Amino acid sequence: MISRLFGRAADIDARKRTLLGIGSFLLPLLAWCLISYTPFIWHPKVLVTDPGGVDYFQVDMLVDKAMFKEEVANMQQAHLALPQGRPSNPIYLPAPDEVAKAFYNGFVNPPRNTDVPSMPASLWHSIQIIFWGFLISSVIGVPLGILSGTYATLGRLNEPFIEFFRYLPAPAFGALAVAILGIYNGPKIAIIVIGTLFQQVLIIANTTRKLETTLIEAARTLGSKNLKLLTKVVVPGILPDLYRDQRILLGWAWTYLIVAELIGTSSGITWFITQQARYQHFDNVYAAIMTIGLIGFGSDLVLARLGRRLFPWDRTQDRQ
Amino acid sequence: MNLIAPCLPSYLDQSDEVRARFERIRSREVILEVRKLGKRYRSPQGEVEALRGIDFSVRRREFVCVIGPSGCGKSTLIRILAGLDRHTSGEALLDGKPITGPGQDRGMVFQGYSLFPWLTVKKNVMFGPRMKGEGYDQAERDAKLWLELVGLEKFADAYPHQLSGGMRQRVAIARALVNQPRILLMDEPFGALDAQTRAKMQSHLIDIWKNIDVTVLFITHDLDEAIYLADRILVLKAHPGEVQEVIEVPVPRPRMPGQFNSPEFRATKARLETLIHPAPEPLPEDEQAVKPHMIRFTDVHDNVE
Repeated sequence: MISRLFGRAADIDARKRTLLGIGSFLLPLLAWCLISYTPFIWHPKVLVTDPGGVDYFQVDMLVDKAMFKEEVANMQQAHLALPQGRPSNPIYLPAPDEVAKAFYNGFVNPPRNTDVPSMPASLWHSIQIIFWGFLISSVIGVPLGILSGTYATLGRLNEPFIEFFRYLPAPAFGALAVAILGIYNGPKIAIIVIGTLFQQVLIIANTTRKLETTLIEAARTLGSKNLKLLTKVVVPGILPDLYRDQRILLGWAWTYLIVAELIGTSSGITWFITQQARYQHFDNVYAAIMTIGLIGFGSDLVLARLGRRLFPWDRTQDRQ
Repeated sequence: MNLIAPCLPSYLDQSDEVRARFERIRSREVILEVRKLGKRYRSPQGEVEALRGIDFSVRRREFVCVIGPSGCGKSTLIRILAGLDRHTSGEALLDGKPITGPGQDRGMVFQGYSLFPWLTVKKNVMFGPRMKGEGYDQAERDAKLWLELVGLEKFADAYPHQLSGGMRQRVAIARALVNQPRILLMDEPFGALDAQTRAKMQSHLIDIWKNIDVTVLFITHDLDEAIYLADRILVLKAHPGEVQEVIEVPVPRPRMPGQFNSPEFRATKARLETLIHPAPEPLPEDEQAVKPHMIRFTDVHDNVE
């Protein structure tokens, strides 16, 4: 039985894989539902439905369980009306249905408050920041990485410095970026570029170096050299791996997004999240965080599918 | 082995037919000439002399095999001839011109799968002509012709990973031959194939060689393969790599698998064996250190032998 449950990854057939994949999402959701909908699990607060004789209690007020019990005892002694309430979780843990509602409202209903940005508009702004940051980083990083991986001299000339630079945390350049690029989108894009570029050069240089030497030698004996060797052999040879690297790096770019958006004037999804948290609309906060996850995960799934289409010769994909 | 040896003719005896054939080969022009070729390189263990004073020449449409124990520098030799490595002394001339780098006048087939995995079989073969600057259509026509020659025209649009090992090496041969090189350099091309496929590929290679104007320099560590294929065998010895002997194979052509048991074949093989596996010499130190100490892990009575 144990060995059946823990078979090798390759032994699991496609249907089972899909089921297990869905299960991996359902399990945490189930845990969340249990905590939210079962009154006797956790629920450290009491939601007041009737303040009774307690003068500072209000309807919809959340009070600690201990405090509520104390007030009930006080009222009993004073022979006043008892306060009524039901067990509840803290405000920072909304139930799944509340988050689902917030998610739906965020996309379907227009914002109630005009000075608060809507979730789609915030997200769109964030996606644009990511797009430009990743594009600028790739335009520099991909060619530099390939060249460093191909020509040992060039690699030695820039890689030690890049190794050093990648340890400097990107957010540390926030103030500098604002001073140079202003307070709007410039510094945010810069932080994403700083966070991604240096890793990108090293990872892609390494991928390039892993290309079979035999392929390059075969190409040389067939009469290709210099630029043609680079464009007709090295680049197509590493393309599937390069594509995989780019997918992973795009994920990293997302992780820098939140920090980047706090720099200068807050904007995008981060601004939305911080504003909603300030108003204690935690359902909106959760909905926004999850949307980031969904966009990241969804885009990676699409890119993985696309990769399979683009590189039919790539054998490593069969093992994924 | 010693019981049979006296009955064998000498590997130096050639029938009139074979002698006449060698006469004919000697009258052809020299394609490849290697003179006092040497190669030294630095390694973490110090300076290594991989090759020393290699001297030989190959004539047009001759089939020469290079054989030798591991570490004799046979791969280094072929890589120098292909222009992938540089020699440090002597010279290597192709049609009288010194070899300085890779070129389309020499085709190379590698042991490992060196096909471009992102190109279909046809496009792999088209690679050379395209590099030469041929137009797409012309290159495609050439590729189809050579694929037909190796019997893979049906697989023109397949990717290399969809082919078996033997088929991949056929494509590699077609890809090298499409450039119409003066000499085809083969570095243990069938080393990774199973015995059956290997035998098929050997016959196939002889067929190709018979039908087109190409000279072959073939590296192998398989004695049977060398004798079966070669006109002459260049035997190298290791540390440093030097030519030990050049053997004119007395086995008559056309060659066929039935000849593996002929007296000439066995005589040549016996000679190669004495050259390549001489009387046991002391093991290198690191191998002496590894002395397995057998411990009985099974029931005392449970004997298999």
